[in-house]
Amino acid sequence: MNEQTVTGVDLSVVDQMVERYGTEPASAVPILLGLQETFGYLPMEALRYVTEKTDTTPDQVYGVATFYGQFRMTPVGEHMVRVCHGTACHVRGAVNISQTLEEVLGLEKGQDTTSDNKYTVEKVACLGCCSLSPVIMIDDKVYGRLDRKKVRKIFKRLEREEAKK
Amino acid sequence: MTQKVIVGMASCGIAAGAQESYEALKAKLAQVDADAELTIAGCVGLCFIEPIVEVISSDGKKWTYGEVTVERAEQIVDQHLIGGEPITEWTFEEGEYRERVEAFMSKQVRIVMRNCGQINPESIDEYIKRDGYKAIEKAVTSMTRQQVIQEISDSGLRGRGGAGFPTGRKWQFAYDVPNDTKYVICNADEGDPGAFMNRTVLESDPHAMLEGMMIAGYAIGSSQGYIYARAEYPLAIKRLEIALAQSRQRGFLGDNIFGSDFSFDIEIRQGAGAFVCGEETALMASIEGKRGMPRLRPPYPAVSGLFGKPTIINNVNTLTNIAWIILNGAEKYSQYGTEGSKGTKVFSLAGKIARGGSVEVPMGTTLHEVVHDIGGGSVYGKPIKAVQMGGPSGGCVPASMFDTRVDYEELTKTGAIVGSGGMVIMDEDTCMVDIARFFLNFTQDESCGKCTYCRIGTRRMLEILTRICNGEGQMEDIDTLEGLAAKIKNTALCALGGTAPNPVLTTLHYFRDEYIAHVKEAKCPAKVCKPLLTYSIDLEACTGCGLCKRACPVNAISGEKKQPHEIDPDLCTKCGSCYEVCAFDAVIVK
Repeated sequence: MNEQTVTGVDLSVVDQMVERYGTEPASAVPILLGLQETFGYLPMEALRYVTEKTDTTPDQVYGVATFYGQFRMTPVGEHMVRVCHGTACHVRGAVNISQTLEEVLGLEKGQDTTSDNKYTVEKVACLGCCSLSPVIMIDDKVYGRLDRKKVRKIFKRLEREEAKK
Repeated sequence: MTQKVIVGMASCGIAAGAQESYEALKAKLAQVDADAELTIAGCVGLCFIEPIVEVISSDGKKWTYGEVTVERAEQIVDQHLIGGEPITEWTFEEGEYRERVEAFMSKQVRIVMRNCGQINPESIDEYIKRDGYKAIEKAVTSMTRQQVIQEISDSGLRGRGGAGFPTGRKWQFAYDVPNDTKYVICNADEGDPGAFMNRTVLESDPHAMLEGMMIAGYAIGSSQGYIYARAEYPLAIKRLEIALAQSRQRGFLGDNIFGSDFSFDIEIRQGAGAFVCGEETALMASIEGKRGMPRLRPPYPAVSGLFGKPTIINNVNTLTNIAWIILNGAEKYSQYGTEGSKGTKVFSLAGKIARGGSVEVPMGTTLHEVVHDIGGGSVYGKPIKAVQMGGPSGGCVPASMFDTRVDYEELTKTGAIVGSGGMVIMDEDTCMVDIARFFLNFTQDESCGKCTYCRIGTRRMLEILTRICNGEGQMEDIDTLEGLAAKIKNTALCALGGTAPNPVLTTLHYFRDEYIAHVKEAKCPAKVCKPLLTYSIDLEACTGCGLCKRACPVNAISGEKKQPHEIDPDLCTKCGSCYEVCAFDAVIVK
């Protein structure tokens, strides 16, 4: 059975999540978190399919999907770059870090994903590494005690590593 | 005796490079075949000198190394582990860190953080060795439920999430409601930006929190607990999962715990990134799979909470106190603290502070002691202006009031709150109007939208603050801010809205002159608000080295080599890059 939709979303992922977390309404958040982790965002087809497979209603699922900061409704690039804008990071120059990232990655105002689809940059409220502020997180790795220079260095190194592969 | 090498591996340590140091130690140890066992610990709280590596020599002597880079790690293997000669100058015990570490630890009393950095958080045996799971055993085998609640009440412990409600009384309410199904929830949704006490504890000593939850479950008559944890803390969740599995396997969690009639299990629920879910009714809505919106109380959760059942919700740090209190007694706990605020409190020190990290001090310690004696004062040597406490719900306490003691009632009088424990230190280069705008931007974004004044009022306040930061404010704007603040406070259903104006009100109260400078003179005294700044080059100081020219992202700087350079004000975006790179102080910001 081919469960791929026209946009290439593999709906069997939804089945796996429903299997794992159950069909009751309380499973909505864990299921959506699982989908977000797999796809990087919440594809509309997948959300529709969730409402079919569980005891949830479309308004509940869409309501939850649009309420929480973790959920995105649009696709993301290959790597996630999370820029911490917590209080400590703000006080120690997070604004400059965000600005430098835009320069390094060539992002225009309002654009969050690079045109080669490699990086998506997202501002987050707090990564909890306040004593190393300012910090960013690229995929699962946190980089601390940053300044403009260090941000540039990190991306140069990532590019070099990528080129080696 | 085999030598032991312990690397501090909590998120902060890893961010500082502990993972790389760990890998380097592992590779080198394998290569040289040294008689040493490599293991991990959580975070001892000394974030300012991470990564930290502890070596226990074959004679049992302990050496703790600070700032262990890959290079240092390799040298430690060569000289200490193989050569038997500790590199004392890098150690806490005799080297460059000694005084700073001693000062940092001097006024601390560790109850919540008793095991943080001392044990491997992924090993239940190490927890058991330090009296782990003895308190739950004592409770279920020798104390009645009512006795447990009495002990917690007598200790004077109050909720560490911020509100400070007496924990024993909360438990008593839930105990008094007859119902076969009750729930215990651990609130690990540490959403306050600038706070990381819960993360430190969960990553460093997860079993201590689990044991507290179990005791709470026994006390109120519940058999199911939930941990509501932030999705942004993947390592904390991972370590909790490991701890839960170990605890179940040993029979500490499950049916008939220690042969009693008490059965209990715990499930983790991940939050999905909503600050308002720190509020208990919103948190429960989120676990139920709904949008996390607060509801009216009463009914209180102790009567009708999760899925309509009696529920208690306690913060991570509240629960981590419990096992200690049961084992050591209420009296011992309440010897610390003030009349109305007993025990200790964990704070996360961050911002413009020399020694940032997690600290645990007895209630009643003054802010001066925390910021200066423990934290070492300002990191850049500039005078400290204020400390922000309680995040978006709290306020800024000015340096002139640093003799204020850490006490629920005393801090509330300043306009700030004890809060969950975030302390962000601000110096002269921090603009207080910008800070007020920063918090309003946050709460405006995080408002669930249920109450009109919180939804729209915070947005209006944010617009006004943005205007003031841009130099377009009017004096009557300040009155409007105060008027809106009062209305939001009076009409909001939950604490998020009720406290959202606090950062604005406290900065207006203590730093009104900064607001006036922005409005009347279009000046930002801290030189933060970009639209109010101009950048120029001091022609006499400039050597024409060209560093600024290369650093400028918009090519606004021109000049020949070895000739004074110039900034084109029309192109300049005031990003500050030139100011940061200039080695001759030739860039003037006004």
